[in-house]
Amino acid sequence: MPEYVLQVKNLTVQANQKVILKDINLDIEKNSTVILFGPNGSGKSALIKTIVGISGYKIVKGDIFFEGKSIKDLPIHERARLGIGIMFQHSPKVRGVRLEQIAHFLTSQEEKIKSLASQLHLDKIFHRELNFDFSGGEMKRSELFQIILQQPKLLLLDEPESGVDLENISLMGSILDSFLKEQKPASLIITHTGYILDYIQATTGWVMIDGAIHCIGHPREIFETIRKFGYERYRKCL
Amino acid sequence: MRNLDKKLDEKEIQSLANAGLDISEKERIASFLQSDDEILISKTLNPGVEILPIEEALEKYPWSSKFYGKSFQILEKDFPKDTKGGYFIWVKKGVHTYFPIQACLFLKKRKFFQKVHNLIIAEEGAKVYIITGCTVSYTSQESHHLGISEFFAKKGAYINFTMIHSWKEDTMVEPESIAILEEGATFLSNYICLHPVRKVSMYPTAVLLGSNSKARFTSLLLASRDSFQDIGSRVIFRAPQTSAEVISRGVSTGGKIIARGHLKAESPQVKAHLECRGLLLSSQGVIHAIPELETNYQDVDISHEAAIGKISKDEIEYLASRGLSREEATGVIIRGFMDTEILSLPQVLKKEIDNLTDQTVKKGF
Repeated sequence: MPEYVLQVKNLTVQANQKVILKDINLDIEKNSTVILFGPNGSGKSALIKTIVGISGYKIVKGDIFFEGKSIKDLPIHERARLGIGIMFQHSPKVRGVRLEQIAHFLTSQEEKIKSLASQLHLDKIFHRELNFDFSGGEMKRSELFQIILQQPKLLLLDEPESGVDLENISLMGSILDSFLKEQKPASLIITHTGYILDYIQATTGWVMIDGAIHCIGHPREIFETIRKFGYERYRKCL
Repeated sequence: MRNLDKKLDEKEIQSLANAGLDISEKERIASFLQSDDEILISKTLNPGVEILPIEEALEKYPWSSKFYGKSFQILEKDFPKDTKGGYFIWVKKGVHTYFPIQACLFLKKRKFFQKVHNLIIAEEGAKVYIITGCTVSYTSQESHHLGISEFFAKKGAYINFTMIHSWKEDTMVEPESIAILEEGATFLSNYICLHPVRKVSMYPTAVLLGSNSKARFTSLLLASRDSFQDIGSRVIFRAPQTSAEVISRGVSTGGKIIARGHLKAESPQVKAHLECRGLLLSSQGVIHAIPELETNYQDVDISHEAAIGKISKDEIEYLASRGLSREEATGVIIRGFMDTEILSLPQVLKKEIDNLTDQTVKKGF
């Protein structure tokens, strides 16, 4: 029996009274990495945010199971404490709260905080209020830093490499890769550029179009096809 | 503090500690404690620092009466003459203290109206830290505190004054303070009021008489339901090359805050900034920021910024996604907003004030 960390069953979600996710079904096993492809506005971020419990995404049908238990009625922080971690694509400015403080909420291992902060070159922003005067790259490194300290069983990464220069993508990619290899969590990654595929072992690729999953396949192959032909080819897959 | 337990019970001593009083006196150079109109403690451990009940000081040092009321004369203002008690602090020429002086005004009896007059003089080149805690006994009811404070910072002197107010829902408070600064003097005022209070209204003023003098006022305010805090800071510039900064942070969880500020440049070559930020956490609360800038000189650089906001849903949900409950996230954001870093605290007091702020904010949410 495969050990499912996440199971999404017949999930239909509304935002602003519009259906944005239609009858989604997906399973993610432990120690597997799923890549979610799809054009802008297809519902990828909405799916991740619904799993996390962000407000504004109303489940009208279906359910979400984490390690076999329904989480759809749990508040965000309880889902986080169960082991769901998210790396936001756009994280908000949080006035008065410093990155350093968040690090200390996530773990009490001082050494780990220090070494990871230094590996990710966060010294400059470590004592700063969260996302105040962070560059695009700093924001992503700060997100990766937090999710690794959190040690989740399920990682949800929303475009971890967007706005990051190549040097930092390689740095982040290798840190993420070693985390995945050591902790063997389940992960769901949204990528546009596909750069992240060079650093991690992705197991499955899914294509989401108009709020529905259209195709499942090998992530590399899907990525190459999208690059050559765009997303149109995947409309037929269903 | 020997014999203090004969006058005050354990609970009362604890509330004094919560208002910044160091009972052990280990980290204080001089102490003063007045309960209603009775002086309980007045002593100094440093011959360079004199601390006395005001009436005694005016008798012992006749010259000091020249300063009594002088700051009000400078501003052509009247002041209440029917005061009883208050402290006299005199820091002699060139004396630098590392540990702060502590002064505490305590309200105990029901419906007592405490009226004190304090006089603080820092002689030329002196440097001093003062922490004053004003608080009430659990036995106090509907009491009233009126505190006049006059500060004189002579040439090159430095006064760092921290005031912690810790009142009750039914206390009325009206401090009136004026600081007079000579050439090259510095006056730093830190005000912290995080507990409920029926009404506190004050508009402490610094008058920069000498060139190169500077003033800085910072306040951290938390107004819970039914509390009314009308807090301002005013700086009047009467010499060139003077500067000032006024910073306030106010959180309303249901009470009313009026955050005033007034920079009045009566001289050219003045540089000053006023900043007021408010966080409104309840639909019952009110925050009203009234910043004022005033001058008839062209050659001044004075500015202000004011902003009032709420905690956004995005901020709360972001912290929740890291495992913090809504209450924890709100508490952390408020604690961050009540940033003690904005205060000009001496190192010795920094940790104490941080702990007090931590406790109060935690209790409030």
